[in-house]
Amino acid sequence: MRSRVQRLGLRSVVLAYLAVILVGPLGIVFYRTFEDGFGPAWDALTTPETIHAFKLTLIITAIAVPVNTVFGIVCGLAIVRRKFPGKGVLNAFIDLPLALSPVVVGLALFLLYGAEGWFGGWLDDHGIQVLFALPSMVIATIFVSLPFVAREVIPTLREIGDEQEQAARTLGASGWQTFWSITLPSIRWAVIYGVILTTARCLGEYGAVAVVSGRLQGQTETATLRVQERWESFDLAGAYAISIALATVAILVLVAMTVIRPREEAH
Amino acid sequence: MSSTAVVEPRRVRASGDRAATALSLGFVTLFLMVMVALPIAALVWEAKSDGAQSFWDAVTSPQALAALKLTLGAAAIVALLNAVLGTMTAWVLVRDDFRGKAAVNAIIDLPFALPTIVAGLTLLALYGPASPVGINVAYTRTAIVLAMMFVTLPFVVRTVQPVLRELDTELEEAAHSLGASQTTTFRRVVFPNLLPGILSGVALAFAKAVGEFGALVIITGNIPYKSEVSSVYIFGRIESGDSAAAAAAAVVLLAISFATLLSIGVLRHFATRHDRA
Amino acid sequence: MRKFVYLGAALLALAVALAATAGIGSAAPANSADTKLSLVAYSTPRAAYGQLIPAFQKTADGKDVSFTQSYGASGDQARAVKAGLDADIVALSLGPDVDELVKAGLVDAKWKKQSYKGMVTDSLVVFVVRDGNPKKIKGWNDLLRPGVEVITPNPFTSGGARWNVMAAYGAWRKQGKTDKQAQTNLLKLFKNVTVQDTSARNALNTFASGKGDVFLAYENEALFAQSQGQDLPFVIPKQTILIENPIAVMKNSGDKEKANQFLRYLRTPAAQQIFADNGYRPVVKSVLEKNRKKFPVRPGEFTIDQLGLGGWDKVQKRFFDPDAGIMARIERQVGGVTG
Repeated sequence: MRSRVQRLGLRSVVLAYLAVILVGPLGIVFYRTFEDGFGPAWDALTTPETIHAFKLTLIITAIAVPVNTVFGIVCGLAIVRRKFPGKGVLNAFIDLPLALSPVVVGLALFLLYGAEGWFGGWLDDHGIQVLFALPSMVIATIFVSLPFVAREVIPTLREIGDEQEQAARTLGASGWQTFWSITLPSIRWAVIYGVILTTARCLGEYGAVAVVSGRLQGQTETATLRVQERWESFDLAGAYAISIALATVAILVLVAMTVIRPREEAH
Repeated sequence: MSSTAVVEPRRVRASGDRAATALSLGFVTLFLMVMVALPIAALVWEAKSDGAQSFWDAVTSPQALAALKLTLGAAAIVALLNAVLGTMTAWVLVRDDFRGKAAVNAIIDLPFALPTIVAGLTLLALYGPASPVGINVAYTRTAIVLAMMFVTLPFVVRTVQPVLRELDTELEEAAHSLGASQTTTFRRVVFPNLLPGILSGVALAFAKAVGEFGALVIITGNIPYKSEVSSVYIFGRIESGDSAAAAAAAVVLLAISFATLLSIGVLRHFATRHDRA
Repeated sequence: MRKFVYLGAALLALAVALAATAGIGSAAPANSADTKLSLVAYSTPRAAYGQLIPAFQKTADGKDVSFTQSYGASGDQARAVKAGLDADIVALSLGPDVDELVKAGLVDAKWKKQSYKGMVTDSLVVFVVRDGNPKKIKGWNDLLRPGVEVITPNPFTSGGARWNVMAAYGAWRKQGKTDKQAQTNLLKLFKNVTVQDTSARNALNTFASGKGDVFLAYENEALFAQSQGQDLPFVIPKQTILIENPIAVMKNSGDKEKANQFLRYLRTPAAQQIFADNGYRPVVKSVLEKNRKKFPVRPGEFTIDQLGLGGWDKVQKRFFDPDAGIMARIERQVGGVTG
């Protein structure tokens, strides 16, 4: 087994890395939030606009996460367990949304759903509001958080192999039964981490959603937009307070998922 | 590892299997078409809307090329750093045990949950002119790498963690009992199994670093030709009313990212060929 | 067979959820008898309009009017309106952004012929300096001294930053320099710029974090920041440009008359005083004179239409064309690229 020195050395390097890149910045957020007491933080969190903004963020997240989870699992299974031409291209395609900066995502959605866009005329004729309303904000959020579950599931599926699934088949289980009883439990940690990552990403999304939201005060402002608004109004404590609230939600989701996880398979 | 020494019985493909393949593929393709391909097609269309010469001028302009070089170089460094440090972090989180480990595990995803402006502001506060630790790298190229590291931190960690959990430690113990050293065991037994996870995370980290905007604009100098990354250059083109040039630069960046992601996929395919033998 | 059912059910649930959420209401439900006006503005006057709208609603004209408000970067807002963002009134940071909407057929070209040339507030370009002004920065020539670090947003990513460039150029022209000399000075100035942020707010943050000796800002933003407890001493150079912020009613506004009543209200002394309290120079002379202590006279003040600059139409083309403009050339030279 690893020697004690090696173990401590590795741990120190990792903790130092996390301290510099992650813990430091988080510490600043906490410090600045409560620098002048609880007042500014509380004020920022309890205005009607902020509360509405949180509701909006949670709704968008509640739609985007299940959608991307289903996509990620189906996609992962298709790529790892099935043979078809163009697999490599499909695989590379999945990560592509990340490579677009939020400004470009906004531009692309304007080009599609804007008044002069591809679908703009049709949407207008039928009275459907995509831009500057919830639908485009959900689309943008799904877009920027698309690959995470797939990327978690794929390497895990490769690692565990499909012997158990094949065994179940030869014993007469249907595809669906195999999926629910064998496959899904075996990738549970991948799905859990994927959901956690996706949720965190949906909560923290700013740029693309800001562009397509129209920034309508009290209507299409998400929590991250409120952070921006507080910062522009020189209320740094308030901006950081909202950020802490978002981080708290993300951590709560992580705790919930690791606690409620499906029962461990006997190894 | 998952290979067996027994010859696998020939699988009987029922028609249900074919249907399942078709259905899942169909769903995935449809979803990707609507969600990913459509917006990208709109960008490509916009990029060529001023004509081929305009497109060419836009992507070969010295400013665009300088931004591209800077962005790709920084993203490559960040991807490599993440591969190493992310794997180490995943290892410590899965294999090690210490007080506060659960807390450390819980905060790994926070770079995502925080809006990018918070990342920029806090990194500036810590490692800028007013640094409490005396480190001032703001407005330098180091700041670009730093900001990118923050926003890509969770990737390799989270893609390697589930793989590491599933890894059967029996093989490592077997290798040890056969006299293999720590390094050899890692190199020959553990690493090949982690590689798909690492490469998945690296691909994500590279793509995200290339597309990062919000955290970077706060902490970098944004001087054109010197410290301006592609996402800021593209933003400048949009603000100047030249969305065709912006789309052109975005499409080129996308194409390069796509090629890189494909290469990583090929690399992974090559590195795991023994699993399919 | 079951999997089809599950998949279908999941998709149906998603579709229903999406449809149900399409009608998410606002934080404050509005009375259906109200007139609804939609104000799309740039980011800085948020606090001002936050006071002006309730004040307007206390007047006879504004009694049953409810407002939707949107604040963001001026250029972004103009683009959003072009893409279909519902607006009755647009209040942007500079004329060219409204002209973009004229080009798109959304605002009448005659908006500039309204009262006060279509402007609703003014401001000036000023120098924010360090406490005690250690580098003794008083005028534009001080910015050219070696070793002076200047912070300004990038004029191509921040429309408002174009005011800074024209203030500098115009100031040198006002001092008697020729066009060529002024351009040379602009180049020297940008060689001293160490950070070019994407927006004025970001640039303010950069300066506040300790970078740079002088920050080219707008007087109203500096005053507002001071009112929010930020330590930002500033100097107004003798020659500087008058920043003029436009406001216009949209052609397709649902209630043009009410919108115009709001615009008229904004130019009443009461409303202009609210603007003044928020750091803006009033366009109404009497209110400006009343607030002279806060807004000192600058002898070398000029506008974009004077000094032969030719107004924004000419200036946009000459200075800010992304490829052939003077600023594009200067950025290239500063970046070490020949040509």
